[in-house]
Amino acid sequence: MTQFMGYARPDKSVGVRNHLLVLAPIDCSFEPAKKIAAQVDGAVAVTQYHGCGSDPVIVNTLVGTALNPNVAAVLVLGLGCETLTVDTVADGVRPSGKPVETLVLQQEGGTLKTQEKALRILQRWAQEVAEYRPEPFPVSKLILAVECGGSDATSGLAANPAVGVACDKLIDEGGTVIFSEPQEMIGTQHILARRAVNKRVAADVYKMIDEDEARLKARGVDSRWMSAGNIDGGLTTIEEKSLGAIRKGGTRPIQGVLQNNWDRFDRPTRPGLWLQDGTGWDVPSVTHMVAAGAQVVCFTSGQGSTTGHAIAPVIKITGNPITYQQMEDNMDINAGTILDGSESLNSVGQRIYQTIVDTANGKKTKAEALGYRDYIVFCRNRAAEHLLGHC
Amino acid sequence: MVKKAIQIDEKDNVATTTGEVEVGEQLEVISPEGKVILKPKVAEPIPFGHKLAIKPIKNGENIVKYGEVIGVATQPIKSGAWVNTHNVGSARMPTSGKEEGVL
Repeated sequence: MTQFMGYARPDKSVGVRNHLLVLAPIDCSFEPAKKIAAQVDGAVAVTQYHGCGSDPVIVNTLVGTALNPNVAAVLVLGLGCETLTVDTVADGVRPSGKPVETLVLQQEGGTLKTQEKALRILQRWAQEVAEYRPEPFPVSKLILAVECGGSDATSGLAANPAVGVACDKLIDEGGTVIFSEPQEMIGTQHILARRAVNKRVAADVYKMIDEDEARLKARGVDSRWMSAGNIDGGLTTIEEKSLGAIRKGGTRPIQGVLQNNWDRFDRPTRPGLWLQDGTGWDVPSVTHMVAAGAQVVCFTSGQGSTTGHAIAPVIKITGNPITYQQMEDNMDINAGTILDGSESLNSVGQRIYQTIVDTANGKKTKAEALGYRDYIVFCRNRAAEHLLGHC
Repeated sequence: MVKKAIQIDEKDNVATTTGEVEVGEQLEVISPEGKVILKPKVAEPIPFGHKLAIKPIKNGENIVKYGEVIGVATQPIKSGAWVNTHNVGSARMPTSGKEEGVL
């Protein structure tokens, strides 16, 4: 059993980082939150841009972010007149037992007074966290999120199947994997449903993908059909096209479909492979998997990508050797060796697996080293969902 | 340099080229373990990222890539032959065409 060194949290989860989260529940308090976080070692500020109403999807995502095991302590910083109050978020985090404080700008009397209090809290936490000592844990304590963006012909051939090998290995060792982007599963409903652990999960798989197909058609884009460019690029059928994308999650049975909607917010309840209903938009997709508990992210890209994440380290993998050469500053792993026959798919998969473990142990990804802290909360339009009959 | 084609899953009956392959060019099919499992005769040009059969495939037989069925052969396919929409169809929905009333 592979082990990694992680930080035990009071709720029995295990973090691979020790972020001090400065969470602005609304964008009105985000500028002060950013300035405060910038002054303290290990602090990171996040917010959401969907207004100040208390929408359950937004609340669940923010609370899930704060509950992520990579977060050591949480300062919730609000303006004061918002419906989505600091306590709405803080109350969701408190049962975890991790340190939580709240500050409200209108109550403290503006940014300077608030800033002084905030800095004293964060300074104390930064000193305390520095004394946390990592302990060995089995990789079964890890949840890996898998994402792809900027795909090209090499994605389905090299990077995605290689990450799939790493996912299978992690699951075989008792770990958990989540992947999302239902738009990129269209045409493989029957294949994914066949891998479901039971009929109810199979029905959930169909529902998630069919609903996304309905959204695309409602926008006037029929994505079921292949473009001439797809066929010229060597993709023969819709099954083949989507299989290239879903292979990044490996081949193991599907335990369930995680929801983050107005009725439910799900986290994996047992190890194995999970799908998450969400978006094909990269950063929000990662954010929602992080809110469901993912501590590490693997991100494949054919053309290259720069993104990291505020909460979880993002390991970036390309199957395109030219992209690796051109964007080595941003891409962590070159899976392009599969294309010239110099390395087998399984060998690259092992290398990715080892990088996941090394990253959990504290090795910084390239995006982390450059200080990239991407964070976007995604929320569907509830009225549109209602009109489509989805809720 | 000898051109390569990748078999992604050991169950696959097609492999994907990693570069443009010309008629008569030497080609090696590499398994997921990294072994050369076939040196097919290339009788037609195969573009980069396209598939070739790595065993004889009968009309109506499943085409397997990623260890999954990606379509069905619409004619017999010889080992080493180029595989695309001219000899394979989707088992799920036609690849080309446009639905009525949808842009």
